[in-house]
Amino acid sequence: MVTVKTFPMGGVHPPENKLTADSPIQALDLPDEVSILLGQHIGAPAEPVVQKGDKVKVGTLIGEGKAFISANVHSTVSGTVKRVDEALDAAGFRKPAVVIAVEGDEWEVHIDRSPDLVTEITATPEEIVDRIKTAGIVGMGGAAFPTNVKYMVPEGKQVDTLVINGVECEPYLTADHRLMLEHTDEILVGIEVLRKALRVDRAVIGIELNKPDAIEAMTQSAARFPNIEVYGLKVQYPQGAEKQLIKAILDREVPGGKLPLDVGCVVNNVGTALAAYHDIQKNRPLIDRVVTVTGTSLPNRGNFLIRVGTPFARAIEAAGGMADDVAKVIAGGPMMGKAVPDLNVPVTKGTSGILLLTKAEAEQRETVPCIRCSKCVEVCPVGLEPYLLEKLARVEYWEQSDEHDVLDCIECGSCTYICPSNRPLLDYIKLSKVKVHEMRRASAS
Amino acid sequence: MSQTLVVSGSPHVKSEHTVRSIMWGVVIALLPVFAASALVFGVRAIMAVLVTSAACVATEYVIQRFFLRQQPTVDDGSAVVTGMLLAFNVSIAVPMWQLVVGAVVAIGVAKMAFGGIGTNPFNPALIGRAFMTVSFPVHMNTWAFPREQLVSLGVDRPTGATPLGKIADALELGEPLSAIAAELPSHTELFLGTIGGSMGEVSALAVLIGGAYMLYRRLIPLETPVVFLGTLALITGVFWLFDPESYADPLFHILAGGAMLGSWFMATDMATSPMSRNGRILFAAGCGLLTAVIRLLGGFPEGVTYAILIMNAFVPLIDNKLRPPRFGKGAVS
Repeated sequence: MVTVKTFPMGGVHPPENKLTADSPIQALDLPDEVSILLGQHIGAPAEPVVQKGDKVKVGTLIGEGKAFISANVHSTVSGTVKRVDEALDAAGFRKPAVVIAVEGDEWEVHIDRSPDLVTEITATPEEIVDRIKTAGIVGMGGAAFPTNVKYMVPEGKQVDTLVINGVECEPYLTADHRLMLEHTDEILVGIEVLRKALRVDRAVIGIELNKPDAIEAMTQSAARFPNIEVYGLKVQYPQGAEKQLIKAILDREVPGGKLPLDVGCVVNNVGTALAAYHDIQKNRPLIDRVVTVTGTSLPNRGNFLIRVGTPFARAIEAAGGMADDVAKVIAGGPMMGKAVPDLNVPVTKGTSGILLLTKAEAEQRETVPCIRCSKCVEVCPVGLEPYLLEKLARVEYWEQSDEHDVLDCIECGSCTYICPSNRPLLDYIKLSKVKVHEMRRASAS
Repeated sequence: MSQTLVVSGSPHVKSEHTVRSIMWGVVIALLPVFAASALVFGVRAIMAVLVTSAACVATEYVIQRFFLRQQPTVDDGSAVVTGMLLAFNVSIAVPMWQLVVGAVVAIGVAKMAFGGIGTNPFNPALIGRAFMTVSFPVHMNTWAFPREQLVSLGVDRPTGATPLGKIADALELGEPLSAIAAELPSHTELFLGTIGGSMGEVSALAVLIGGAYMLYRRLIPLETPVVFLGTLALITGVFWLFDPESYADPLFHILAGGAMLGSWFMATDMATSPMSRNGRILFAAGCGLLTAVIRLLGGFPEGVTYAILIMNAFVPLIDNKLRPPRFGKGAVS
């Protein structure tokens, strides 16, 4: 039984534009060269463990995450390390990376590449958490938070539910949608793997109602897993935001500054569950992901299985190439994605989409004075006052920004999306968050 | 692959709302009221609306272009809204030059002096009206009645007190309402607007059509008119239950005077009403309460203008104290 649930306050409904919902996942041809960033995740970058000239295979460890919040990085191709250097990331910063020239496609022997479904989970909970870390699994929804850290539940915290995010509320993106349709059973086994690691009896999956086929497929297969429930959720952005998702399905509110752990939950994306399946059941570290390569200007747009480190340009080429009127290339979805400065930025573990917007689609209207329409307040899913936070930021009143809980902002962008005066509300809020963090650090030291 | 890429912060898509679409949307919502005033008061009403709108737009343009030396933004439609509302708020008897003075005060003093669109603390049209009431008391209190001569350009038609005025007079003289019942319009007449009063305040039906359109376009929140009129009905209802011989019934109070126009079009003015839902409910309740108090106990027969203006003054305080409910402050089960 599928029940309609949603989060209680705010939210917007941008045009869904799921142009690639019916495009089956297709593997992208191997590039000639990959640039694998050592810091693709939240936290400290991995330290390189290969040198120029080393031969690597698919799945060879090339970077080791040594800090508490960090993640291992593996080679996603076979070939020779050309250099251990730097590459542009999606935000336009130069970051440490391992550049590998591709030669053939040879995989590490321990990886099980057969398509057979392995349902029996033999690993112990400790082994699972350990191997999730070894395999470099991070959140596949976009934030790329190292998954194993979520599973190290601190002393005194009680966790009873695993929440799986199949919402995919960002317009245009259909990668998770296709995964749920084409890898239904693997995802469900992956959820069982994560559930075992967490030692909980209940796992819930939330999927937006604009994917009825995915809800049906997951519900049908989940019938064989008594501990997994599927919930259809109202189509409302940001339904897939962690705290909103927990509220929608479980009616628990994570307080500002707290984590899902504080209300007894761990949240993972369906893509992460699939990565956990591959890791624990098939010995396959995180080396590739499904990326929605889309935009109205791309004739062959679709959902591509892409090796991490592949330049965006390769994916765009496969989808039909850059049209002359493309003005913006976005890593991720249109609401929270980053506009990339260069087409050679590599796909990372967190790249859920590559979206091309034409000049007309990317055009920004002129910013005009706030007319106090209060729509930003109405749509904020956290209950903040974006208009006020913008004003405070413009006069650099960081203490007041802090008092008005600017740090609780989840950066969903609903305020800027809805603003009739086209004010850059979220830009100022992001600036405030940086400044408030700086201010807090300064007063702590 | 050599094209320049635009880099900017997220989100990268925008909703279709613009200031222009909102303001012109309100203008469209005012058209039924415009039509009703033209039907009831004739060509002169059309002229009055055109004069105030043109005067408001011209005032804003001149101030922006020549005083502030900025790009005029009169095409956003907000000055047209102010102009139309100003005309709807006054009697057909007001001479055109007085309307122009009112428009200059509304835009020049109440809006532009405070920094222009979005920054004015008080509703510009109501400031214009209040200014005219004290400056031109004779014409502002001469109420024409819709009789013959619908196409007349002059004000040579029967005049007298408005329905609310008659009730106030009766109360002052100690006359029971039943004695003047014949002079009072029926509820149906009040609803349709075939009565005397300000140009845009006569037809509750026309206001409701415009209000429904604004709700459909999501230009106004429903809570403001509902709470405003609800509070007004509640308080006038209590008086009426106690003494129906001296006080009119609550439906009469909702339909008569400026309560309908004020609650749907003036109290919902974005710049001068609170930002949170709770705040708007308190604001609207205050408007309803003050309207009732002025009508029942004050010296004026009508109180909508001053009720809204007084509550406008409380908006910064309300915004400061009544904030939206915060996610994560609720129960953690």
